[in-house]
Amino acid sequence: MSDTDLAAPADRLGSVSAGAALELRGVTKMFGALAAIADVTMTVRPGERRAVLGSNGAGKTTLFNCVTGDFLPTSGTIRLFGEDVTRFPAHERIRRGLRRTYQISLLFGGLSVADNVYLACRGVSRGRFSLLRPFRGDPLLTRAGELIEAVHLTAARDALVSELSYGQQRQLEIALALAGAPRFVLFDEPAAGLSPTERAELVSILNGLPEHIGYIIIEHDMDVALRVAESVTMMHNGRIFKEGTPEEIENDPEVQELYLGDGHG
Amino acid sequence: MAVTEAPGRQLQTPWIERIPAAWWALGFLLLAMPAFANNFWLFQVFGWTFILGIIALSLMFLAGYGGMVSLLQMTVAALGGYMVAILGTSGVEQISLGLPWWLTIPLAIVIAAVFGTLVGALAVRTEGIYTIMITLAIASAFFYFARQNYGIFNGYTGFNLVVPPQLFGVDWRQPTAFYYLTLGCAVICYAAVVYVSRSPFGLALQGVRDNPRRMAALGFNVTAHRIAAYTLASVIAAVGGILLVWQNAQISPGTAGIPAVIDILVIAVVGGIRRPIGPFIGALIYVLLRTFSPDVLSAFGLSNERFKLLIGLGFLAVVFFSPDGVLGLWERWKARRGRRRDPLTGKEAGQ
Ligand SMILES: Nc1ncnc2c1ncn2[C@@H]1O[C@H](COP(=O)(O)OP(=O)(O)OP(=O)(O)O)[C@@H](O)[C@H]1O
Ligand SMILES: [Mg+2]
Repeated sequence: MSDTDLAAPADRLGSVSAGAALELRGVTKMFGALAAIADVTMTVRPGERRAVLGSNGAGKTTLFNCVTGDFLPTSGTIRLFGEDVTRFPAHERIRRGLRRTYQISLLFGGLSVADNVYLACRGVSRGRFSLLRPFRGDPLLTRAGELIEAVHLTAARDALVSELSYGQQRQLEIALALAGAPRFVLFDEPAAGLSPTERAELVSILNGLPEHIGYIIIEHDMDVALRVAESVTMMHNGRIFKEGTPEEIENDPEVQELYLGDGHG
Repeated sequence: MAVTEAPGRQLQTPWIERIPAAWWALGFLLLAMPAFANNFWLFQVFGWTFILGIIALSLMFLAGYGGMVSLLQMTVAALGGYMVAILGTSGVEQISLGLPWWLTIPLAIVIAAVFGTLVGALAVRTEGIYTIMITLAIASAFFYFARQNYGIFNGYTGFNLVVPPQLFGVDWRQPTAFYYLTLGCAVICYAAVVYVSRSPFGLALQGVRDNPRRMAALGFNVTAHRIAAYTLASVIAAVGGILLVWQNAQISPGTAGIPAVIDILVIAVVGGIRRPIGPFIGALIYVLLRTFSPDVLSAFGLSNERFKLLIGLGFLAVVFFSPDGVLGLWERWKARRGRRRDPLTGKEAGQ
């Protein structure tokens, strides 16, 4: 496994990408009679960093689930770097450079931090079915070590994930989403429940990402959102309610009434 | 479990020194067994234990690492056994093709693996109780098919005089040779499962068991991993099945009958499905009960057939007291003893 393999997904798809990193057209997801998201249309440029805001139950996480393929949308189309991925299984989208973190950490509690990150690196490279144990000096092991360092978990490298603190688990979530060659990442409330120091660390991790990596971050905390995003989408009752720059959104009277007024801001 | 062990640890101790003393002792004991065990014990007790252990190991691999309880393993094993009889030589000359052993054995394993993979591809679309039901349905379908099909499976009678090839001038059905043959196969299958459990595939399989949704979000094809686990388990089961047909020198539909299918599940669960040694412990208990309980029972004036009751009660007790099987009981006992020791001196602390 050489270094070029690690970069392979990005290289392979670089030619396909035209225009938007992510393009949603009329995406709707029904749970029974409830439209968790309704007719969502949005376009995100490659490398763009966007915050999605909205009260509880606005449909933000459902939007992510539709984009990653955890759920199939009821209607609408989803394009990833120009390619229609609406019916693709989740793993096919991930292999095309999409990544996500989960609002409630979904980690492998019985494995060490290093094994978790190694799995993530393996998932987006060749040799997923390899029956040979990794040899010492396997580039994926090196890459996993770098990722662990990037999220400041080197000291806990060999700890079992179930023994990590809440904040450390949130950091590991991010490491898993940055494995391989990510091109677009969906962060689902990465700052929720973090201490002020951990929040500052998160902001520095996000701002330190290479420029070509775009992301959408769901974030209730305006202070965090404004420091890591260049555009903002407001959601309400499953619909997109406002889009704009952080200043426009912050100063919008409707937004203030609906969202900042009710104690979230 | 760690794939990514700290480099220092690995450099300091070569793998051979990390094998615990108890394993060395067990190894020597098993190798030296023919020096003090008689032919009955070598062939009937230990030979059978290793064979059933291998077949139950294939279930342990699926259930323990993959979270898939399959009742198909005995059927795959029997198919492997049947194929050796059909492709190679047997007493039923009008059906057996008489191919040489070096073609027969690999072909038998490949055919069993293809069958196991196809059924696996169906079964992985279901979960929990439905996996058990679908594999049980296919297992009983195979049993009735083999019993009614005279063109290939020779129906009710099956095949007799199926013996291992005379390799290196050794009669491999002679008790000592057969003991070493089955021991060797058991060790290879066991080592393969232990090794694979820490390979990328094995680790991913355990990831799929614990958290399939996250695995998909990491780029793994969850379904493909589960199907591949069936393929691997089928290869192991087929090895066990071939040894079984050689031990009995015959195979008939009963080999794949529902009681035999259930026995494999009982063996794996009683031994413990969390670690690959469990199925062998379960197999030894099962074989000892099956071999000796008729004597014990008739001493009490009970029918020989009651041994099934004994096994059933044992199964119930294990499931009730230790979901991790006998191995789980042993580990709990060790942990309790460990706790009573003084952490500084290592001596037993007074209660
Ligand atoms: N799997 C599901 N089955 C049924 N209903 C669901 C499911 N997931 C979400 N919903 C419903 O869809 C709506 C949107 O939920 P979603 O989790 O997307 O909101 P959210 O904006 O992420 O909220 P929060 O800020 O609380 O995370 C809610 O009413 C929720 O109850
Ligand atoms: Mg949410």
